[in-house]
Amino acid sequence: MENKKITSACEACPQFNPHGLKKLGVNAENTDFVIALAGNPNTGKSTVFNALTGLRQHTGNWPGKTVTRAEGAYQYNDKKYKLVDLPGTYSLLSTSQDEEVARNFILFGKPDVTVIVVDAGRLERNLNLVLQILEITGKAVLCLNLMDEAKRNHVEVNERALAKRLGIPVVPTSARFNKGIPELIDVVSQVANGQIVCQPHRITNVPKNINEAVQKLSEKIKKQFPSIPNSRWIAFRLLEGDERVVEALRNGEFELQ
Amino acid sequence: MVNLNCSKMKNEVENIIGLSNELRWKLGGEFHDHISESIYADASEIVEETVNTAGKKGRNAIDVKIDQIVTSRKWGFPIMFLILGVILWITIIGANYPSSLLAELLLDTIHPALKSGANSIGMPWWLSGFLIDGVYLALAWVIAVMLPPMAIFFPLFTLLEDFGYLPRVAFNLDYLFKKAGAHGKQALTMSMGFGCNAAGVVATRIIDSPRERLIAIITNNFSLCNGRWPTQILIASIFVGAIVPEALSGTAAVFAVIGIAILGMVFMFASSWLLSKTVLKGQVSTFNLELPPYRPPRFWKTLYTSLIDRTLIVLWRAIVFAAPAGAVIWLISNIMIGDHSIAYWMIDSLNGFGWLIGLNGVILVAYIVAIPANEIVIPTVLMLTVLVTGMAGGAGAGVMFELDSVNATGDILRAGGWTLLTAINLMLFSLLHNPCSTTIYTIYKETKSVKWTAVATLMPLAMGFVVTFLVAQIWYMFS
Repeated sequence: MENKKITSACEACPQFNPHGLKKLGVNAENTDFVIALAGNPNTGKSTVFNALTGLRQHTGNWPGKTVTRAEGAYQYNDKKYKLVDLPGTYSLLSTSQDEEVARNFILFGKPDVTVIVVDAGRLERNLNLVLQILEITGKAVLCLNLMDEAKRNHVEVNERALAKRLGIPVVPTSARFNKGIPELIDVVSQVANGQIVCQPHRITNVPKNINEAVQKLSEKIKKQFPSIPNSRWIAFRLLEGDERVVEALRNGEFELQ
Repeated sequence: MVNLNCSKMKNEVENIIGLSNELRWKLGGEFHDHISESIYADASEIVEETVNTAGKKGRNAIDVKIDQIVTSRKWGFPIMFLILGVILWITIIGANYPSSLLAELLLDTIHPALKSGANSIGMPWWLSGFLIDGVYLALAWVIAVMLPPMAIFFPLFTLLEDFGYLPRVAFNLDYLFKKAGAHGKQALTMSMGFGCNAAGVVATRIIDSPRERLIAIITNNFSLCNGRWPTQILIASIFVGAIVPEALSGTAAVFAVIGIAILGMVFMFASSWLLSKTVLKGQVSTFNLELPPYRPPRFWKTLYTSLIDRTLIVLWRAIVFAAPAGAVIWLISNIMIGDHSIAYWMIDSLNGFGWLIGLNGVILVAYIVAIPANEIVIPTVLMLTVLVTGMAGGAGAGVMFELDSVNATGDILRAGGWTLLTAINLMLFSLLHNPCSTTIYTIYKETKSVKWTAVATLMPLAMGFVVTFLVAQIWYMFS
């Protein structure tokens, strides 16, 4: 330890951040990490995005407001983060243009961390997407947004149990009021830097015959692409006949992991 | 060796794909459903363990009550039009004062000062004319006329959006769009179009069926955009407001503008229906529209962002287009061919056709000059009218006329031979004509098709000619 005089209790705490958050707006060059922002429509992704980057992307209270990728950046503890706001989607399984933008970025853009923004008051519906994303990537943080509304509606979420069950960090926020944003930034940086290692939940309630097929296929994929982190999900997609994934296999897009 | 490795790799990949096809065959067609079920089963297990909803009483009682009223069959539409009316009324009444203040400053004070400044340093007449009477005046005009209504209209609209009203509008209109063979989400892209058609066209990406998306793109132009609201408001105030007693003129103008906006929606439904019955046939897809909870807007934040983001960006766009347009206007009014300027010849040759559709050559030339941005139609019309009538008041050929009051504008236009018919048909034509160049480009980018871009550009223009022609002929018959 450095011989530094500690003047307040805050400085001893890991949350303490001497360099401060620096909002970099659209200046997203030479960043150290790429962070994707995913989630259902109307859960406040754009609000979180604005809170982090200092940008003022237009927000609105209706589902489907963001249809393109918005990019911004921020700096935290000497590291620069590029933040990509993806269109809101309910799932990654269908083929509308906004869902494909989100899916392709998480799969091929290989973000260092994926922040999944969910509505704390409507967790069950939101988990559909969360579980699908966790099949693709393990480096994820759950941003439990709209906590103020959930509280008003008397919905209580046991954050610790949820984090344990999903195997990723859970950060409660009310982005509209900037609550929980400093904690989110810190947790994201810990995942990005490898200080927190996630053990993402994998879908368990799969019928036996499907599970066997998936396992068979996924082992073969792993053999061919040893460094691939999501062979099981690729197997799922191949079994469903996802043309884009077949194409990616043929082009060798998965080898660069 | 490398080649060998490469082909071996390819073989392996084909092996994997082959195996997956084989396994898929074995698993049968319900694979997708099984996976979805597994995910839902996992999700509900997790929620059961981690979420306590013991105190929850279903949806927020106030939200339910508001929704029962604003989406009811009886009150849904009246409330929608009432809200739109109130916003327009506040905009019309509220914009008057800052508008005349800005006009006084930019046109009556700064413009003469610039002119005399240019004279005193011995700037040649053509240079000062080009820069000050052309470029500067066009800019000043756009700021004086456009800024106040935008600075009032946008924040009000954004507050409404933040509150969560737009999905309710979509809910109300869903039935009508379905009847027209279009997607219910088109109601949302239509609402975006009321701000800016280019934004509305981009927003159609939320529609997943390509057929319904094309319909939404082609018909978005029937949403009056912010470049056209001020034209509607100004012309309605001058001509429609004048035919009723003075105390009612503001209200009459509001009704006229709402009438045009509703007419635009009628055209949107009609042309969507027509397209879906002819060239874009197909099934209507269903979707779940989520009604988000009402959220009290963060008033100051919304005000700030809508001023910075929407108002200034749109204003900037208008300025960027107005400056070259001002230069073009000055040039065509000062370059002579024979005895007259280019502008005179253009106006003269279009006057006959203009009469047929109840407009005039000036308006048609203005619409040609203003293809880049609808915002500059009225300034161009005024300048050209002054030029043709040879009225004293403007500072010479090609000077955008100084509008210090709504009455002065009315006087110029009446001197140019305008009647109530010209006003009504200008309002109709402003609703029904080709989209601005930004929107046309956006349509091309989104559809990647020259054909559909051409349809989206020419269809409203053709409709505009037909409608104004019919109105003019009926008018001439009875007068």
